Amino acid sequence: MKQFNQHLAKHTLAYKVGLHTLLLLPLLYMVLAVTSQSWGGDPVQAIIHFLAETALHVLILTLLLAQLSRRYRLPALLKFRRMIGLYVAFYALAHVLAYWLLELGLSLQLFITELAKRPYIWLGMLCFVVLLALSLTSFRSIQSKLGKRWLQLHGLLFPTALLVIWHYWWSLKSGWQEPALYLVLVVALLLWKRLQVQRWLLSFRS
Amino acid sequence: MFIKKNRPWEEPELAVTPEHIYKERRSLLKSMGFLGAGTLLAQSAPANAFLFGGGDDQASFVRQPLQFDDIPPEHKDGLTPESKAISHNNFYEFGTAKNDPAENAQGFKVEPWTLRIDGLVDKPLTLDYDDLFARPLEQRIYRLRCVEAWSMVIPWVGFSLSDILAQASPKSDAKYVAFETLYDPEQMPGQKSRRIGGGIDYPYVEGLRLDEAMHPLTMLAVGMYGTTLPPQNGAPIRLVVPWKYGFKSIKSIVRIRLTDRQPTTTWNLLAPHEYGFYANVNPAVDHPRWTQATERRIDDSGLLGRTRIPTEPFNGYGHLVANLYKGMDLTKFY
Ligand code: HEM
Repeated sequence: MKQFNQHLAKHTLAYKVGLHTLLLLPLLYMVLAVTSQSWGGDPVQAIIHFLAETALHVLILTLLLAQLSRRYRLPALLKFRRMIGLYVAFYALAHVLAYWLLELGLSLQLFITELAKRPYIWLGMLCFVVLLALSLTSFRSIQSKLGKRWLQLHGLLFPTALLVIWHYWWSLKSGWQEPALYLVLVVALLLWKRLQVQRWLLSFRS
Repeated sequence: MFIKKNRPWEEPELAVTPEHIYKERRSLLKSMGFLGAGTLLAQSAPANAFLFGGGDDQASFVRQPLQFDDIPPEHKDGLTPESKAISHNNFYEFGTAKNDPAENAQGFKVEPWTLRIDGLVDKPLTLDYDDLFARPLEQRIYRLRCVEAWSMVIPWVGFSLSDILAQASPKSDAKYVAFETLYDPEQMPGQKSRRIGGGIDYPYVEGLRLDEAMHPLTMLAVGMYGTTLPPQNGAPIRLVVPWKYGFKSIKSIVRIRLTDRQPTTTWNLLAPHEYGFYANVNPAVDHPRWTQATERRIDDSGLLGRTRIPTEPFNGYGHLVANLYKGMDLTKFY
């Protein structure tokens, strides 16, 4: 593991390029699916779903990454955490924009009234605001300036993961299997990380 | 029972399009729509099959041309391209994603088929596949409004439901009509697996009040765009009720039963606060999770070219059907 860590640290750049490619592949896949008409004659819903699920997948990946680095003593892994986290926000933003552009036809008025009226969208919005806040404060300089508050803020990713799944479940017309699967996955992950989660919760008592 | 033929949109002198005109139109439609999309898909088929699945050894379902009279539509809305109407479907028996039915239903067997019409009737009927096409067929261009707030304009080929109900001769205590889709888990993966089928209890059932069923707008379609229905659109026979949300227009029907009680209907059973028995298109009553005031018309424009258009009460057929609901609070009976 030590060697692997050294290897990671030494080739950080190469791994970053690889990760960027990996994390952009879903976007490429989507473009191909749409242009080849593999998602049918009107891929609007498919696009919104695909971007949302990709955001959720990458979110789970960030939670996993931090735990792997801790569990297997691979501090070099943490170098990739910010980048992967930003991809969560990127796909979430794309999801929201796809909804606004393709579903609502870019009508600002409709976007605002729908945001205001629909409880499941309030949840989505809440998650989006958190992801945005984490992205904007992800710079090193801000991190050191905020100190303990930064940790408190970024710990919000734990409840956000659960809220996204709630938003997912609420958005469905029928069925529950998929969100249930994600819920099991995320709860298992949070239990594995329970020390971090506890520490985060305790940080609010001072 | 005496049925008065009363089709306000039907102008006798226009009703029959000379054969050569509709034949030309059909081949034109084919060359623009179906064949167009088909060749596009064919070009990249191997790559598609590798990346997206579905390009397996399932041969494409074969559709037959139909003879019909052309009824002039009472609106000027442009048709949805056929390639879109047959590749964007809600038919959870074949999967919940919009492209699943077109992918998973190509091997669907429609022959032999049996459609039974029974319950409170004097003359129960059993129709086989050929019987479905035995009566005179009409082409009618209807708007289709999905409860999910997208819409299409589709040239259906079929006949009035009232024709066949009259033949079965409903008893005087019949008040409702219940419909049932084929139950065949071997052919319909969504019926075999709850996950694929969206957690719905099958068979899919729907229902109408008898006066709605007897309304001249209500039709049984056996074709669209001049040929028999593809399986993803409900082959070999489906209901079309153009003033109600699309889920009322049940597909691949095997049974029509007249009854004195309001039948249970699939979506109403699943989520009664979201989907009512009536499900008349109504811009004034939102779905809890989205607006019904406007809709996304799926036409020939590209993904980015679409804007939402206002949704009309009863999907624009109010002048023909609103009297069926006189005195009813449509916000309560949604
Ligand atoms: C303002 C913010 C948001 C809005 C307006 C929004 C809107 C929507 C809509 C309309 C759907 C249902 C799509 C459909 O069934 O047609 C949906 C589903 C979903 N959203 Fe969001 N969303 C927002 C934020 C988020 C965020 C931040 C995430 C996080 C990653 C997210 C993840 C999901 C997931 C996983 C689904 C289910 C996708 C599926 O059914 O496959 N959403 N959202």
